[in-house]
Amino acid sequence: MNITSHYRRGFALTAMILSLSLGGCAASMVNNPEEVAAMHSINEFKDQRFAEVEDPWEGFNRSMYRFNFYFDKYLFLPVVSSYEFITPTFVQQRISGVYNNLGEVRNLTNSLFQLKGMDSLTTLGRFVTNSTLGLAGMFDPATSFGLERRNEDFGKTLNYWGADSGPYLVLPIFGPSSVRDASGLAVDSGISYGIYTAINPFGNTGNSFVYDTLVTGMGTVDARHQKSFRYYESGYPFEYYMVRFIYHEQREIEAGMPLPAN
Amino acid sequence: MIFFKLLFMTCLLLLPVSGLAADDSYGYPIPGPYESTIMGTPASLKPQFPEHMRTRRLVLNVFPDRKKPQVFFYDEGLLCTLAFQKQKAPLVFLIGGAGATNQSPRLVTMMKSLYHAGFHVITLPSPTLANFIISASQSRVPGDLTDDSADLYRVMETAWQQVKGDIEVSEFLLGGYSLGASQAAFIAKLDEERRVFNFRRVLMINPPVSLYSSATRIEELLKQIPGGAKKQGIFFNRMFSKFSRFYRYGNFVAIDEDFIYSIYTEKLFTSSETAGLIGLSYRIGLAGMIFSSDVMTNSGYVVPKNRVLSSSDSIFDYFLVSTHLSFYDYFNEYFYPYFQKQRPGLTKQALIDSQSLRSIEGYLKSSTKFGMMTNEDDFILTKAELEYLRQLFGERAKFYPRGGHLGNLEFKDNQAYMVDFFRMGSTP
Repeated sequence: MNITSHYRRGFALTAMILSLSLGGCAASMVNNPEEVAAMHSINEFKDQRFAEVEDPWEGFNRSMYRFNFYFDKYLFLPVVSSYEFITPTFVQQRISGVYNNLGEVRNLTNSLFQLKGMDSLTTLGRFVTNSTLGLAGMFDPATSFGLERRNEDFGKTLNYWGADSGPYLVLPIFGPSSVRDASGLAVDSGISYGIYTAINPFGNTGNSFVYDTLVTGMGTVDARHQKSFRYYESGYPFEYYMVRFIYHEQREIEAGMPLPAN
Repeated sequence: MIFFKLLFMTCLLLLPVSGLAADDSYGYPIPGPYESTIMGTPASLKPQFPEHMRTRRLVLNVFPDRKKPQVFFYDEGLLCTLAFQKQKAPLVFLIGGAGATNQSPRLVTMMKSLYHAGFHVITLPSPTLANFIISASQSRVPGDLTDDSADLYRVMETAWQQVKGDIEVSEFLLGGYSLGASQAAFIAKLDEERRVFNFRRVLMINPPVSLYSSATRIEELLKQIPGGAKKQGIFFNRMFSKFSRFYRYGNFVAIDEDFIYSIYTEKLFTSSETAGLIGLSYRIGLAGMIFSSDVMTNSGYVVPKNRVLSSSDSIFDYFLVSTHLSFYDYFNEYFYPYFQKQRPGLTKQALIDSQSLRSIEGYLKSSTKFGMMTNEDDFILTKAELEYLRQLFGERAKFYPRGGHLGNLEFKDNQAYMVDFFRMGSTP
């Protein structure tokens, strides 16, 4: 099979996923029998609302959620499971280790942005240890030396400097996010791209484009491989709200600054 | 229970536990029925297995002609999981408790234990799960032991049709926990007539005796919320701010096992708050069942009759309304009227009585294929019901001193007992 036909297939697939995920909106313009009020409605509700998150773009977000479900189903997960099928578990773990180690760069820059001295040192220590002793991150000796991973990202940095999470946002492919975290993601990706381009690891090979694509592609597959989340797998009809709440709450809690004990 | 697990439970499964064990020979460490129910079993005390397991995801099309509403566009059939051996082996069907999916952590642990002991396993979701109501329930009205068990039997037949060309099975076994345990009893009875599987052994783990009575026990937990269940939103919000303040005072790094462990050791939640949280997570699960059943039957219970919901419509208000309905609301306003219409003259008491092991006690007493495991502090049972189980199952019963409701199910001793039970030849 040549590259063009491969590309065409990918394009057709994306188009199909898009039409599947957006198709639902136009349907059902038929005349339905008249509605009758339900036995129980929100009017009788006398309690505080709960598990709620600011979500003014819910319609859009739910459509994106649906898009991600189809994207996973027809493209992402088949690729990930082929990868899992052909790669021995041991190799998968080493690959995850390498990418997680590269992620320390993001943890480090953002620890620094948040003026977290100890955390920055820990993360730097981890990166140096695992890059050398851990063979480019394939193994994680740092954790056994007591240097534990400190996950940081630019979303948390923005929070540190006072930015509110803003409305909930479901990003295509990346999934649950917020306005703040989506901007953070853009900045982190920009920084990684900048560093990568400056180092240009495959610059002398003459085939750098192919290698760069391979590195990025592999990273994307590995990231999905590491996430066990599957859209709509809970079988719970309010899954969207639970995911939204848990995402939001966990980010707020983890990004929040420690309060002084009193 | 599913979603509290995400915040309260999943990460705590790695807990290091030491020095908590009471002074008896049973090694499950967590005292207190509510605490053990929420905490489950620490990872270090679960059986350890190699990671590899041959599994296949089954998507069953039980009713090929059924049209599914747009709001459930993602539902493509009933999801089950098969773990299979290469050689001939016995096949165990496992049924989860209320709201369980085929991938619920407890079912997965049971599947691993049995798979690594040489069994084929198929895990089935609970008939109270939306996926089941949408794809596999004949009536689409969940909660009736007889109907739901017949549905499960049909699902098992469909699953068996789908896999029988690929695996070699020597005999069939059946197990379930909580609501799934009661269903297993009814399925076994149905199988005595239908004879498709001829189950050799059937294991019931933490079964309720009467569904109505056990639901009452759980509803009572909600009374421990200030203002009662009608104020559960206030309670929920208060518990979450407590949770998040605790994190921020405590200098934690992430919501991980250390954090959850200290919630337990520092007693962040009082006993009645823990009880309230269990009751609330049960309500959140029940809400999913009520909503999906209502949409599937177009009954106008929480969703206006004839309203067509699209996949991007907000359904949050239905979530709030449904979580504020009690089991009694469901029973009196929805469940009973449905069955009354089917069987004119049916009294409420007769319907309640049919949702109990007592309605098939003659069979349960006489059949040697049954085994039953439960805990002396399982709060879904009254003292009298615990005694009843002791009488009913006699030698075939195993009682553990603690574990609450399912808290110790994944504990290695309990898992070993389960595996042994299925291994043993017919009881003499």
